Amino acid sequence: MKKQNTFIVATAVTAAVIAAFWLLLAAPGYTGNEINMTRGVTPQSMVHYQLHMTILWICVVIGVIVFSAMFVSIVLHRKSKGHEPAKFTHSTKAEIAWTVVPVLILVIMAVPATRALINMEVAPETEMTIKITGFQWRWKYEYVEDEVQLISSLHPDSNAARRLQSGTDPATVENYLLEVDRPLVLPVETKIKFIITSDDVIHSWWVPALGWKRDAIPGFINEAWTEILEPGVYRGQCAELCGKDHGFMPIVLNVLPKADYQRWVQDQQREMAHQEADVKRLWSREELMTLGENVYATQCATCHQADGQGLAPGFPALAGSGVATGPLQDHIEVVLHGREGTAMQAWGEMLSDADIAAALTYTRNAFGNDTGDVVQPQAIARIKNG
Amino acid sequence: MSIEHTQGHEHESHAAHDEDHDHKPTGFMNRWLFTTNHKDIGTLYLVFALLMFFIGGAMAMVIRAELFMPGLQLVEPDFFNQMTTMHALIMVFGAVMPAWVGFANWMIPLMIGAPDMALPRMNNWSFWILPFAFAMLLSTLLMDSGGPAAGWTLYPPLSLQGGQSFAFVVFAVHMMGISSIMGSINVIATILNMRAPGMTLLKMPLFVWTWLITAFLLIAVMPVLAGAVTMLLTDHFFGTSFFNAAGGGDPVMFQHIFWFFGHPEVYIMILPAFGVVSEIIPTFARKPLFGYTAMVYATASIAFLSFIVWAHHMFTVGMPLTGELYFMYATMLIAVPTGVKVFNWVSTMWQGSMTFETPMLFAIGFVVLFTIGGLSGLMLAITAADLQYHDTYFVVAHFHYVLVPGSVFALMAGAYYWLPKWTGHMYSEKWGKIHFWLSAISVNILFFPQHYLGLAGMPRRIPDYSTQFADFNMISSIGGFIFGASQLVFVGVIVHCVYKSRQAATGRVWEGAKGLEWTLPSPPPYHSFNTPPVIDSTTVAHAGEAH
Repeated sequence: MKKQNTFIVATAVTAAVIAAFWLLLAAPGYTGNEINMTRGVTPQSMVHYQLHMTILWICVVIGVIVFSAMFVSIVLHRKSKGHEPAKFTHSTKAEIAWTVVPVLILVIMAVPATRALINMEVAPETEMTIKITGFQWRWKYEYVEDEVQLISSLHPDSNAARRLQSGTDPATVENYLLEVDRPLVLPVETKIKFIITSDDVIHSWWVPALGWKRDAIPGFINEAWTEILEPGVYRGQCAELCGKDHGFMPIVLNVLPKADYQRWVQDQQREMAHQEADVKRLWSREELMTLGENVYATQCATCHQADGQGLAPGFPALAGSGVATGPLQDHIEVVLHGREGTAMQAWGEMLSDADIAAALTYTRNAFGNDTGDVVQPQAIARIKNG
Repeated sequence: MSIEHTQGHEHESHAAHDEDHDHKPTGFMNRWLFTTNHKDIGTLYLVFALLMFFIGGAMAMVIRAELFMPGLQLVEPDFFNQMTTMHALIMVFGAVMPAWVGFANWMIPLMIGAPDMALPRMNNWSFWILPFAFAMLLSTLLMDSGGPAAGWTLYPPLSLQGGQSFAFVVFAVHMMGISSIMGSINVIATILNMRAPGMTLLKMPLFVWTWLITAFLLIAVMPVLAGAVTMLLTDHFFGTSFFNAAGGGDPVMFQHIFWFFGHPEVYIMILPAFGVVSEIIPTFARKPLFGYTAMVYATASIAFLSFIVWAHHMFTVGMPLTGELYFMYATMLIAVPTGVKVFNWVSTMWQGSMTFETPMLFAIGFVVLFTIGGLSGLMLAITAADLQYHDTYFVVAHFHYVLVPGSVFALMAGAYYWLPKWTGHMYSEKWGKIHFWLSAISVNILFFPQHYLGLAGMPRRIPDYSTQFADFNMISSIGGFIFGASQLVFVGVIVHCVYKSRQAATGRVWEGAKGLEWTLPSPPPYHSFNTPPVIDSTTVAHAGEAH
């Protein structure tokens, strides 16, 4: 019996040690997986990485000392080796020592920790401002100085593959769940201020390469800043539980050299001017239905589903619904201002007038909702401007 | 002194009637439903907690199965969120907390030389509320609007998007709170009034001390939680705007209130674990607990600090710099008394004469793995680094290290330690050890890779993930399945010990055991101490050292 126990213990310990070493050393190399925090590409992220490593090593050293003392004791001071128990019960000197020494270690840790925090929270003069608005389950980015805005959602490929039992192997989808339809484009080596808020529930905007995350909270405006040192594509995700599609609202930054960025801004401004002119003209039913189908698929189908049947209980069907087949005024009201206490957004500020008009036209004529209504972008513009 | 005098008097009058009372009530209803006996209520609590441990564990299995591979294979994201939320609520309020109350019920009267708990009828009620509270909570999973899906923290505005079933969740939380508060009042009344003459405060076993402090924490913070969820209730159903920004409310205020409850809450789950481990290590090291007084002061310091660190859960909500600095420094300070505890445990083992029965194995596993969780907690306290760690799997790994191989291992250590005392039979040492090694290895396979996942950038509470996180999730899930299955061994050992074991336990049970509970036969008489026991260095562990 005794021998058997020793054998079990020895086998188990060996297995545990091998497993631990495999996890520490072999597994990352074998799988190509990252196991540590990224150094990132901003002054803050590098400071945070350094801080993380410093504290990690202090903790590892403390752990090794404590566990060594313990295992020495376990090996040497056992009854089976005939060790007699000592009589000592306390030592005020020892208690003072292991109170004072940890306090000193904490003070040493607090110095870089305080410096890093001040560096993060005391923003320098910034050169441009991006307003980030989180909503279920997308991000809206507004370039405050350049008057450009865009909505960034999960890329359609990922969005199709992530359905329950979609039959698509995520490995075949490029950047599965970390790709968006329209990334946030930013210039390199520019001090950028972010102002972050939310339209519905709390979200959290996190790109690990920037070195921080910050909550997007309705009714609050949070601030953060960054200066990205290298052009490239950086990916992140919403980090605060925000409902059923919390896992499906990624963030992608496309960081460009300054000249390329300027060109991109001009393209966007031209595009927006073009859209503005578009609102004023009269649209055909076909045009509205085509655009509407597109808008519905990217914006509305997450909740109301592609076939308009909704997803009980939180997300009502549009097919044959009182709103989508009832008075047009009420329908427009719901779409523009949302419905409080539900996941229905106020889309008025999120989408262009043409998009809203098209989506309304589409939902009032698709899924067997044959109302025959055609909503013109002009009408939406008139209602929005009172 | 006057308290002890009246106590002695009470005992005498009790003793006069004892011949009539010292038999168990007959009939199932009388014995269990109407019971006022601390041991029977303790057993009810422990059985209930074990049941909840498996229900919450089954939910964890659903979570780990969905996370086994990228892509959604088993459940819709909304149901996944219901699982994570319910798993946490069930494990915190249904498994760990009631299990500790069960231990308190069983052991505190035995350890301080009392015949029973101070308030036996309230004791009955505080248990029997729980099955109704959890039936109500679990029933929400069957309702149209589903179970709560906003995380156990119930942050508004998300929690307010829930349907009608949310009211059931709020009332269930209210009932759990009432049960906890009544249990705590009972613990405090028992410890302060029912100690045998001569059992001064600084002679009490450390488990009694940690529970006394835990009970004060519970009474302080459960009403805070009740207030927070009541405000959610009125925001949801009665049109108030406590947390609704559009109505002039403040969603961040909820987080402050919640974590003012929530941080002491995590110490409510761990302090009794400190107590149990401080009983077990001296027994199997055959050496008195090192630094008993320091351990008591460290426990009290941890309890005090737990009230002033709550916003370290909220470093990303956008606090002023001074606020962040304060909460960082205060949180780092917790490492000091916690370190004192770990150093004292190691010093207790040092130069001892150790044997490694199952309770000792779980206690040593606790010290090692809880320390790992404590060190990652220290990392999380560093605000600037927490801006990366926050809401990732690094946090998930941290709090599971302190709760599973922390609290839960201590519960198992305690269960093995006192099972022979409770039942009068020895459990199977062989199967106990198998249970320990399976659990200790699989729990690390389950939670250690989650550190890597978090550092590499995987947020928590997501039902699906990018393919770069696939391998460690699969390893973690495999560990989870093994850990889950291993707990069936635990049930097997308990059932065997209670019904089948033929090896009778002595009163002392363990060679090195000290304390009043070991002076009684195993199992102890139905009314524990009919006459006050003698308190001296032969009966209690800390008789000679208090200073």
